[in-house]
Amino acid sequence: MAEDVKNVNENKEEQYSLNDDRRVKVLSPGALVIKRFLRNRLAVLGLIMLITMFIFSFVGGMVVPYGQDEQFYTYTYLDKEYVGVTRNNDLRYAVAEGQQFPTILQAQFLLALGKGNDTFTYKDVDYKTVNEGPDFYSISTADGTMLAIAYKDIVNAADGMAEPSFSVKYEGLKAYVNGASSFVADGKEYQLDEDSNILLDGETIGYISRFVVAARENGVVLTRDFKERLEEALDSGVQEFSYTGEDGVEHTYPISYDASAQVWSVKEETKTYVYSSYEKPSLKHPLGTDNNGMDMLVRLMYGGRVSLIIGFIVVIIETVLGVIMGGISGYFGGWIDNLIMRLVDIFYCIPSMPIIIILGAAMDNMQVDPQIRMLYLMLILGFLGWAGIARMVRGQILSLREQEFMTAAEACGISVSRRIFKHLIPNVIPQLIVSCTMGLGSVILTEATLSFLGLGVKFPFASWGNIISDVNNSFVMTTYWFIWIPAGVCLLITVLGFNFVGDGLRDAFDPKMKR
Amino acid sequence: MRKFIIKRLLISTVILFFVTLIIYTLIRCLPTSYVETMAMQLSTAPGSKPYEVWIEQLNASYGLDQPILVGYFHWLGDFARGNFGDSWKFTVPVIEEFKSVIGISFIMGAISLVLELVIAIPLGIIAATKQYSKSDYIISASALVGISLPTFFFATVLKLIFAVKLGWFDTHGLVGRNFAQLSTWGQILDQAKHLVLPLATLVIISVGSLMRYTRTNMLEVLNADYIRTARAKGVSEGKVIYHHAFRNTLIPLVTIVGGSLPGLFSGALITETLFSIPGIGYVSYQAMTAGDIPFTMFYLTFIAILTLLGNLISDILYAVVDPRVRIEG
Repeated sequence: MAEDVKNVNENKEEQYSLNDDRRVKVLSPGALVIKRFLRNRLAVLGLIMLITMFIFSFVGGMVVPYGQDEQFYTYTYLDKEYVGVTRNNDLRYAVAEGQQFPTILQAQFLLALGKGNDTFTYKDVDYKTVNEGPDFYSISTADGTMLAIAYKDIVNAADGMAEPSFSVKYEGLKAYVNGASSFVADGKEYQLDEDSNILLDGETIGYISRFVVAARENGVVLTRDFKERLEEALDSGVQEFSYTGEDGVEHTYPISYDASAQVWSVKEETKTYVYSSYEKPSLKHPLGTDNNGMDMLVRLMYGGRVSLIIGFIVVIIETVLGVIMGGISGYFGGWIDNLIMRLVDIFYCIPSMPIIIILGAAMDNMQVDPQIRMLYLMLILGFLGWAGIARMVRGQILSLREQEFMTAAEACGISVSRRIFKHLIPNVIPQLIVSCTMGLGSVILTEATLSFLGLGVKFPFASWGNIISDVNNSFVMTTYWFIWIPAGVCLLITVLGFNFVGDGLRDAFDPKMKR
Repeated sequence: MRKFIIKRLLISTVILFFVTLIIYTLIRCLPTSYVETMAMQLSTAPGSKPYEVWIEQLNASYGLDQPILVGYFHWLGDFARGNFGDSWKFTVPVIEEFKSVIGISFIMGAISLVLELVIAIPLGIIAATKQYSKSDYIISASALVGISLPTFFFATVLKLIFAVKLGWFDTHGLVGRNFAQLSTWGQILDQAKHLVLPLATLVIISVGSLMRYTRTNMLEVLNADYIRTARAKGVSEGKVIYHHAFRNTLIPLVTIVGGSLPGLFSGALITETLFSIPGIGYVSYQAMTAGDIPFTMFYLTFIAILTLLGNLISDILYAVVDPRVRIEG
């Protein structure tokens, strides 16, 4: 079938006479260049790479639902200090109504206790202590007036109840140490159950415990039930404590004991709202998220946009400067040429990378706004890079202006600027396009290197270079490959694309090309 | 010939004058961060003079209170007399710091240049002689890949693979932890081992351009008439390529390699910084970011001199190697 078609075509061609124009396929020089370019497989590959990266950077940013600096948050469970529990090892004092028991007396009492005396004297007043039970003392004056009690088991008020009065405390503790189940204080009868709760008419008004349970955060009210269960858990020495709260949800609290401070710290896992840093790649974030909880894929797209735009603007600045200087220099020759070429020599000789690093560090120091900084960066790169293009343009024009068509142009009386920019420059354009394409690649590399060093494009703007600069944190480098490898690959593909295309164009423009 | 060299030398001196003037002006116009930081530190000491007094005193002692042009000629005079001043960051004379770091940079540069030549020239010749073959495509493409690789990215990938995952090398520095206990040979081997990754980075990044240069020149030579003549004489293909063509390819190669010789001393700023190799590149990077004017001025001038010297050498070599080139005064 295919052969038949071919034969038909051949027959058609044979119908034209030999000098018929239709037999010859006429191609313009431009079409020839395109044909030669498309025949170069590497160049086509480069073109495809470039188109991909352009679509990725410019269209991609519009398609994705997230913004450039949109931060994502996540809930994470953090262990927070919830409750601190100490076992009370100090004597506490409760003073009887209408009496005084200042600290100086407390000290005297402790001294006496240490010596094993049951009386002590202070300022000619005698005091008497009675050991009412383990770690429970009452202090009275010599005439028998009750002053205060000292105790280690603490009488706490129940939730929402008033602080128990002195006599309730005294009688309650007395009952507690003696194992009694009821006691009378202030004329009322109180019950003491097995859980050391103090009840009045069936209502719990307080409880006795050796532990001091305090919430670590203000505004957290711990229920009696919670405290009790916690104390039980501490007594049994478990590492974890689970408690079903009023909401019916069971929480588990890890318990750790600090032996030096003699404090049990009970931690609570709390839900905390944080940036979702270094999230692993998922459907929602195909390349994960970065340190600030921003989507990496989106950052890559916007970074590509920044890198490409900077590349283009710098190359445009370079080319405009270079063509003007080179054109003037090559066309006029003489002292102008000499002057401009020495200027080119000077710019060639200025070490551009160190200069840009110094300027970058200075801008860091002056805290230049990131956007203005980007502008400066482009201007500096463009201003330092025109010398090569100027030299090339001059060389081309020097040889072109000696050719006949220029003599003809001069004879026709065409103005100087028209001769330069209409007749000479277009002949330089092939070389210009090649050097611009290659130049784009190298400018993007320079910008990326600077951004990597933290001296180029700055946060919040993304650039492939500053995305990779995350590897300065060696943990990121080794663990979170998805942060920096894709950016490097994008960079490589883009620069390689420009170089392939530039190389292909050079070959395609070269009329001496054999193929 | 002598006239040509003298003329070029004079032009180079003039260019150097303007380059250093531009650099000096630029650096003087910057906020002198180092001096300010130092004044800030000094003024916070208990019972110290206030910040303004300190900064005035420091500026005076560093000659920063002079107008730029006066300061420049002052600097130029000192420089010409070989007085390069004291580095602010490293608190030693600039020349001493320079002497202590230039060696390793030169060694790195020399080794990588030799490796580049050994790799690039044969591959470039193969690519040219078998133009449009598969090997030509592979060589040309990999040369371009090398040129397109971002140094910092490639170095990091190398570090990740060979230093972190495989653990063959250290990620940073020039000497290992137990360097002091090693014998002389052990110390040399230790340093060599630390240089493997930086050298690999340098060579792979920069071998491409030399490879392409060799290929282009070889192609040009292979299209020349005398090659056709040689082939017409019936000379064997091997002899045509390695006897007739290769020797002529050497002309531009010798020029470009000769021109790159001064560059051996310039150090590799990015690579050295990434691998924390204490060479001229790394040290000057530290000096530059710290705003150390004496060291930065010295380094930039040094680089400018190297560039000019490189151009000069390649011009002279061009005339020396190729007898067809005539120099007109």
